[in-house]
Amino acid sequence: MKICVLVKEVPDAAVEKRINPSTGRMDRSGEKNLNPYDTHAIEAAMQLREGGAVQVDEIVAVTMGPESAVRALHKAVSLGADRSLHLTDEALAGSDVAATGYALAKALAHEAPDLVLLGQQSDDGECYTIGAVVADHLKMPSLTQVIKLDIEDGALRLERQAEYGYDTVKVRFPAVISVGDAINEPRYPSLKAIMGAKKKPLETLDAAGVGIDTSLVGGEGSRVQCAEFHAPPAKASGQIIEDENTDETVEKIVAWLDERKLI
Amino acid sequence: MSDVLVYVLHYEGAFNKNSLGAVSEGAARAAEIGGEAHAVVVGGPDLTDDLVKTLGAYGAKKVFRAKGAEGLAQPVIDVMDKVITENGQRYAIFGGGLLGFEIGAGLAARKQAGVTMEVTAVRAEGSELVAERPILGDSQISVSHYRGDLGIIIGRINAFETRQTGGEAEIVDVDVEYSPWSGQAEMVTRGEQRGADVDIEGADILVAGGRGLGKPEGFELAEALAAAFGGNSAVAATRAVVDAGWYPYAAQIGQTGKTVSPKLYLAAGISGAIQHKVGMQSSENIVAINKDANAPIFEFADLGIVGDLNKILPKLTEAIKAKKGA
Repeated sequence: MKICVLVKEVPDAAVEKRINPSTGRMDRSGEKNLNPYDTHAIEAAMQLREGGAVQVDEIVAVTMGPESAVRALHKAVSLGADRSLHLTDEALAGSDVAATGYALAKALAHEAPDLVLLGQQSDDGECYTIGAVVADHLKMPSLTQVIKLDIEDGALRLERQAEYGYDTVKVRFPAVISVGDAINEPRYPSLKAIMGAKKKPLETLDAAGVGIDTSLVGGEGSRVQCAEFHAPPAKASGQIIEDENTDETVEKIVAWLDERKLI
Repeated sequence: MSDVLVYVLHYEGAFNKNSLGAVSEGAARAAEIGGEAHAVVVGGPDLTDDLVKTLGAYGAKKVFRAKGAEGLAQPVIDVMDKVITENGQRYAIFGGGLLGFEIGAGLAARKQAGVTMEVTAVRAEGSELVAERPILGDSQISVSHYRGDLGIIIGRINAFETRQTGGEAEIVDVDVEYSPWSGQAEMVTRGEQRGADVDIEGADILVAGGRGLGKPEGFELAEALAAAFGGNSAVAATRAVVDAGWYPYAAQIGQTGKTVSPKLYLAAGISGAIQHKVGMQSSENIVAINKDANAPIFEFADLGIVGDLNKILPKLTEAIKAKKGA
């Protein structure tokens, strides 16, 4: 079985995210971290391999993005992926979520995986949706926000929280599964794995290389145009107390609550 | 034709409140662009004529009903694909929740359509609908304009209010040949409740705990504080700690949990992600305690305390007890 893990480079949580006013796109210059949810997807792939209920021949990390996105692939490989695939092309810049999902599906089709894993969300916007877009293009079933993943009778047995409680769903391969952070505790990469990551095979492909129709991607090919931004209604900012002396802090909290007749 | 198709989720013979809100929203916006709101339901024998017709009261003129598996996205994508291909609706609206995200995104792929999620407002501009979506931690609103034959709008939870305007809905039964991959997923159990049943929706004072409590035992601090407030108080939790098994599902606030608006919401060790915020932002007073000064919750808390919970909560509990005893 071949598992592909979709990974993504995201901004450092400490960097303030902003929209570049001249392009209307997110300013991604501060990006440098592997999306934390993706580390759970890689760990899930590793646990499937180590669990032995299915034979995992290969784990391939896949990303789309500019040259710098290679860093996310190196991190993915240091966490256990065997090799990686980098889809990069100027024509892809500015793709909306549907166009991004289409492009990623093309890159994945190039690998023909039995299972695609990804993190359920990224810090920078395309919450919950990319897996479902990719899955429909690949003609695979998809389940998102999965918190437990087992193999039973050669199929996936998955658990997740949905609208009315916890659902247990059986899914036959091939499938696209996005995972939540409760699914596992990702391991830390060894120093050796970090050092060795750059030596693992990394294939770089452009849009033509995976058969992407460039009229369907990029800012021009996207069906959603987001060139207009405005500020939300202002909310009065609250009072902030830095706790230096806890007795005094507690006194202030109690006074605040008391003033509002909450005690 | 500028009709709007709304997916309506149901469970055990009742429609989802967020879906009903989406029908109301769809009806109001469709009227502004010269169209009708249509609903689509997929399920088993509990989708009776009597139940389905009630969607008329929320503004649906037609309800497309298909027999199919419940609680899974792929069958609904197949149904909506067919309904839109045959009837030409220009927009599809979802009321939020996990299935709405999955179906809307899958439908976007199937129909080569644009999709916007976490939408908080839909407006008519001429004969088009545009969708507003807060981005970057709700610090800006991004406006989506759609190109092509279909625009997909996935609402944020609680974004669309239900309005009963009255009216009759025509039921149209749809026969769908499901795609092969729709049959690859099969529901084993649905809607399982885990952990004790607790009531947080009726509480005036909620002490809510998140990952910042550090470990399951951290909830003892939250419980002690809630007990000190006494009266109508309770303890709530974030999805992260519920999924981790620290606290019961019935106590969960947020996107896939409960929506609350108590007099006081005291968030302990909660970062304040959007998925949590949507379930508690209408609370009258929000107090947040978190050691990370950059936590998003401080942007919408009325009183924020940057500090260590393990030091603050026990002393706060004692102080409130003392105050109450005074």
